[in-house]
Amino acid sequence: MKTGKLIKTWDFPTAVKRVEFTEDGNFVLGTTEERMGHLGTIVVFPVNSDIEGEQVDEPSLRITCETKKKAVVAAWSYLGKYIIAGHEDGSVSQYDAKTGEQLLNVPVHERGTLIMDMQMSADKSYFITASKDKSAKIIDVKTLNILKKFETDTPLNTAAITAKKDFVILGGGQEAMNVTTTSARQGKFEARFYHKIFEDEIGRVRGHFGPLNTIAVHPAGVSYASGGEDGYVRLHHFDKGYFDFMYEVERTRAQH
Amino acid sequence: MTADEFYDDEEEIDFSDLREQYEVKLEEGLDTFVVIDGLPKVPEDNKPKLVKFLVKKLQAVGKTKEDSVYMPMGDDGQSQGFAFVEYETAMQAAQAVKKLNGLALDKKHTLAVNKLTDIERYGREGRIDEKYVEPEPEPFVEQEHLRSWIGDARARDQFILFRSDTVGVYFNNKKDAPDMTVERQFWTESFVRWSPLGTFLTSLHPQGVQLWGGASWKRIARFPHPAVNLVDFSPNEKYLVTWSNKPIVYQEGMPGLTPEEDGKTYVIWEVKTGKLLRSFPPIENPQEADKPPNMRKKIQWPLFKWTADDKYCARVTPGSSISVYETPSMVLLDRKSIKLEGVVDFEWSPYAPTEDEAKKTSGEQLLCYWTPEINNQTARVSLMAIPSKEIIRTRNLFSVSDCKLHWQSEGAYLCVKVDRHSKRGKSTFTSLEFFRIKEKNIPNEPIEIQDTVINFAWEPKGDRFVLITAGELPPAGAAPAPPKTSVSFYAPEKTKSPPAGPFRLIRTIDKRNSNAIFWSPKGRFCIVATINSQQSHELEFWDFDFDGEKKESEKDLAANLQLIGTVEHYGVTDLEWDPSGRYVVSSSSMWKHTMENGYHMWDFKGNSLREDHIERFKQFAWRPRPPTMLSKEQQKQVRKNLREYSRQFDEDDLILESEASATIIEGRRRLLEEWRAWRSKTERELEEEREDLGLPPLRDDDDKDMEGATVIEEIVEEVIEEKEEEIA
Repeated sequence: MKTGKLIKTWDFPTAVKRVEFTEDGNFVLGTTEERMGHLGTIVVFPVNSDIEGEQVDEPSLRITCETKKKAVVAAWSYLGKYIIAGHEDGSVSQYDAKTGEQLLNVPVHERGTLIMDMQMSADKSYFITASKDKSAKIIDVKTLNILKKFETDTPLNTAAITAKKDFVILGGGQEAMNVTTTSARQGKFEARFYHKIFEDEIGRVRGHFGPLNTIAVHPAGVSYASGGEDGYVRLHHFDKGYFDFMYEVERTRAQH
Repeated sequence: MTADEFYDDEEEIDFSDLREQYEVKLEEGLDTFVVIDGLPKVPEDNKPKLVKFLVKKLQAVGKTKEDSVYMPMGDDGQSQGFAFVEYETAMQAAQAVKKLNGLALDKKHTLAVNKLTDIERYGREGRIDEKYVEPEPEPFVEQEHLRSWIGDARARDQFILFRSDTVGVYFNNKKDAPDMTVERQFWTESFVRWSPLGTFLTSLHPQGVQLWGGASWKRIARFPHPAVNLVDFSPNEKYLVTWSNKPIVYQEGMPGLTPEEDGKTYVIWEVKTGKLLRSFPPIENPQEADKPPNMRKKIQWPLFKWTADDKYCARVTPGSSISVYETPSMVLLDRKSIKLEGVVDFEWSPYAPTEDEAKKTSGEQLLCYWTPEINNQTARVSLMAIPSKEIIRTRNLFSVSDCKLHWQSEGAYLCVKVDRHSKRGKSTFTSLEFFRIKEKNIPNEPIEIQDTVINFAWEPKGDRFVLITAGELPPAGAAPAPPKTSVSFYAPEKTKSPPAGPFRLIRTIDKRNSNAIFWSPKGRFCIVATINSQQSHELEFWDFDFDGEKKESEKDLAANLQLIGTVEHYGVTDLEWDPSGRYVVSSSSMWKHTMENGYHMWDFKGNSLREDHIERFKQFAWRPRPPTMLSKEQQKQVRKNLREYSRQFDEDDLILESEASATIIEGRRRLLEEWRAWRSKTERELEEEREDLGLPPLRDDDDKDMEGATVIEEIVEEVIEEKEEEIA
């Protein structure tokens, strides 16, 4: 890691859409596309923490998804206990990280709407999904119960949970292929802030002139970055007003 | 069970269409037979003669032949006085029943023609009691109050929202989410419409029109006009006109219709009884008939126009006449249409004479019509009194290309917007011809406008008006920018006592895109808007009696015009004031375009109250209110004590608001507690699991804050200027 040395390259027959390490860095997972007769899979590789050491070629685990139900996004849960995958058809699955057995599958979003993004909370005990059905949902890792949902008026591409404050940031907008047919005003290319607990919209940040593809929040919750189809990455720092903002109930509770 | 009974029994769901489609027709094949009774009794020898004679009569309505007539002979060698006849089609048989029944052959013999199927149905022994039995009067059922919404404790107005397939009725809660009173999926199949006094909600279906109302929103009436497209009420909700582009094809057993309706497109109904009063065939316009269907002029709607008291209803047959019908008989006034060569259009005066006035003038009502230039006769606008048909005022006009008739809401003024062309027909301009109906001899006052007036609107119950003019259209091929429009405001000159002085221009605002005028139903306030436009979406709120400084140049005018607000609503397609004139809703309907559909509520000053973006939003409509029951004195009293009332209303609002916010806060507190509880639970579980695995606990989020970051403060001092001054 420090030397920037390429440790290992794994080759796949189809494109890899997402990779993620476990907390302890011992495993890495990747999701692959469903294409050219290959089914969409989630693969897990053990990682040898000794950089000089040999890395295995074969995945320790391979989860194959049904056709039309490929995993678009996947992430490790807390302690690398489960693998959570968001599917093409709007459902979310929980797999046992050791055996690859599907423990739960819950259709959380409207049928057939792609889950575009899934981001874990800091402690990986809950996560947020963003879907083309114009909503984002916070889901418990353990039970896959929907805890919160955020309804917007535009297809969402990404959702992020902020540290420090109880907010979520959602991003999306008119699909890229339709952008030219509408004005910038119509596209709704804004980063939207919602209150994580009350599900209310708090504010929007304009700026992009294409749909937002991804949003990432600083781990300490002091700023966020958004990447848009327009080719820009915008980095926003939160000001004092952001940190001071509190609902009446939160304030009274904070004082106690 | 006949279709009729079924029709009545069915309360909730309308299956009649399905039933019609799948009902097994037992009578198939016998439909072409009729039974003729009342024939002379003849011996065998004379029978062929009689049959021949009869067939001659019968062929007047359809095809039949001598072989198809069966005349049974009795034991006494005489015919029995009746015969069975087969026609070629069932339709012809039906015609025979209609036309030949009751036909007198000679003094002694009158034909009774019935369908064989009817005789089968009713004529068999035991089917019908010989004795007349008085029908049981139906027990009285208490009906719901149809105006229950008026009694709302907070006197709120209602409106409907129609989105995707759902129609709902809601109470307006200003900036808060509206209170739903009812919401139904597939309530209508094209659109919904309020009746003019707000009593009924009208829904349209392939089978016809239905009216809904009362507190439970049950069905009040239905009018079975198949494939109905449009619907219109008379001003007092007594009558209903329906129109379909497809002529009715009458079939046996269609409830509520008779064979009379075959081929008709307009039907007039009585609302209270649900009875069909009269139906009309489509008007053939000879000029339009040759053109392909998509090139024809849109149908004129409403075609049937009503007087303000529902007493008369009239329609124009372009180019030839106006037909005035008396209600409820729907019989032509004096049994004939009023012949008016070339007549293009007409409008009734919206004024309903009070009872006293009606006595004095024998209930005369005014209608205004215009005729273009024909046969060396100038174009002409005329006022006619009905029922006397006396023409009380005419005015000749020159170089007229089109006229529009605008009555003021109380019928005090009539403005005829005359689009005129120069002699060569190259340039067009407009002149407005005003008629002061209430003044002696109905004086006329023309105002010349240099440009084409595209929109004109009277102040309701007032004497001021707004018009929008468009300059010359840009030449073809130029940028397709809409022509810039100008908005002009007019008011009469101030006078000490009525009548109002001559109309004067207050102000003209140039270089606008505006194309629509919306007066508040109570007058004074007016919105000038740009709707259905790609480029501009402005709404301008104007006050005609602004409480403030008045311009010197306008001091003689009975108005103090002031722009009090300008707002924008992207993609606005419709705009509607609430019945009280306090709120206005602009909406963007997916019927016109699919961008940012939804509605936006404003107060009369243009302050935004509520914004609701709704997917697949279609229609917004305020529920109209019936006219107030308070007398003039009572209204005056209310106005006098307005301050007192408004204080009370403010208090009520405040209480409501604090109550609402209390529930919101309560809800939030609960959510917050739930969340914290869940968090601490999962955190604890997580910790436990970590411990089991022998991993260090996760760091708290707060510790991570600014980790590794050092704050460096640097103070820089800079001397900006130094000056020495000697102080004496």
